[in-house]
Amino acid sequence: MRTTLAGSIPASKLTLPVAGRDHIQGPIDAPIALVEYGDYECPFCGEVYPVIKAIQGRLGKNLCFAFRHFPFANTHPHSELAAQAAEAAGAQGSFWEMHGLLFENQDALELDDISQYAEALGLDAARLAAEVLDGVFVGRVREDFRSGVRAGVNGTPTFFINGERYDGARGLDPLLAALTRQPGERLAF
Amino acid sequence: MNNETRYNQMYSEGCRTRALAQGADAPEFSLHSTPDQFVRLSEFRGRTVILAFYPADWSPVCGDQMALYNEILPEFQQFGAELMGISVDGAWCHAAFSRDRKLHFPLLADFEPKGQAAQAYGVYRKGDGVSERALFVIDPEGKIHWSYVSPIGVNPGAAGILSALETLEKNEVAK
Repeated sequence: MRTTLAGSIPASKLTLPVAGRDHIQGPIDAPIALVEYGDYECPFCGEVYPVIKAIQGRLGKNLCFAFRHFPFANTHPHSELAAQAAEAAGAQGSFWEMHGLLFENQDALELDDISQYAEALGLDAARLAAEVLDGVFVGRVREDFRSGVRAGVNGTPTFFINGERYDGARGLDPLLAALTRQPGERLAF
Repeated sequence: MNNETRYNQMYSEGCRTRALAQGADAPEFSLHSTPDQFVRLSEFRGRTVILAFYPADWSPVCGDQMALYNEILPEFQQFGAELMGISVDGAWCHAAFSRDRKLHFPLLADFEPKGQAAQAYGVYRKGDGVSERALFVIDPEGKIHWSYVSPIGVNPGAAGILSALETLEKNEVAK
């Protein structure tokens, strides 16, 4: 055990509660809240995308899922643009549709590609591209990022289950087990 | 296998070092920041410094601590703080790593005598030949304001650094 007076770090808990500002799927007052901090160009986030969909299928209205942006812009050069594009699609009422297309096409995230996705979704692609280029959603994406830093996000994807950081495996079974355990029950990982 | 398991296989278990704690004078060092440049800690007197000791360059991308701090730099800069990474890797290795990860802050080479700076801060793992994953926030007078040693395979994130920068800023304002 350490005996020095070295400092500590804050517990890894969600610092910004899920609220109206968030993009959510499922009822906001659902008994289980799952928040993902993710990056559209991160391969691990891409891998977990279908897992989340399967979890949503299993848990239905018992789950509220929120996605927040945590782009590693230096490592993933398209991640910031993609995050802003998701927000721009959200401004036209199609955040989740764009979210899905971005994760399903992680190797095609240039603005031209994204404009095509916007057209395919029936959005005003010119407006979306202009808003992205003007940086309309830079502040919003940074707000998500900052909230993640404060909550102890140290890589992507990072999940919070009912406000507590989840550090277990990212497969369907371990995630489902963690999401459906009774309050107070210890995680067995 | 996750990163933590990998690290635990490679390095000895547990933390066997004693990191310098709050109030201690931050030991001076002079280390290569590039193959032809040196950085001395005393050059930063009057400014807040964040030292991030880490075991080695080239750890896996998405969970990489230095890549994370690279993204958080604007937040650190809002506090007027200078961030420096330190490991026992040589200056050429740091240069390649830094270029690959597009890092916008210096990496210092604690290379010869190996681990001397890490030893001075109490975070050198002798048998392993690397430093702990240790964080220090140093105040403008050159004293340690906060320190933290993370389990070697766990990226400590930045929440602790930011909290320390906040308390330091409050202290400075109160002076």
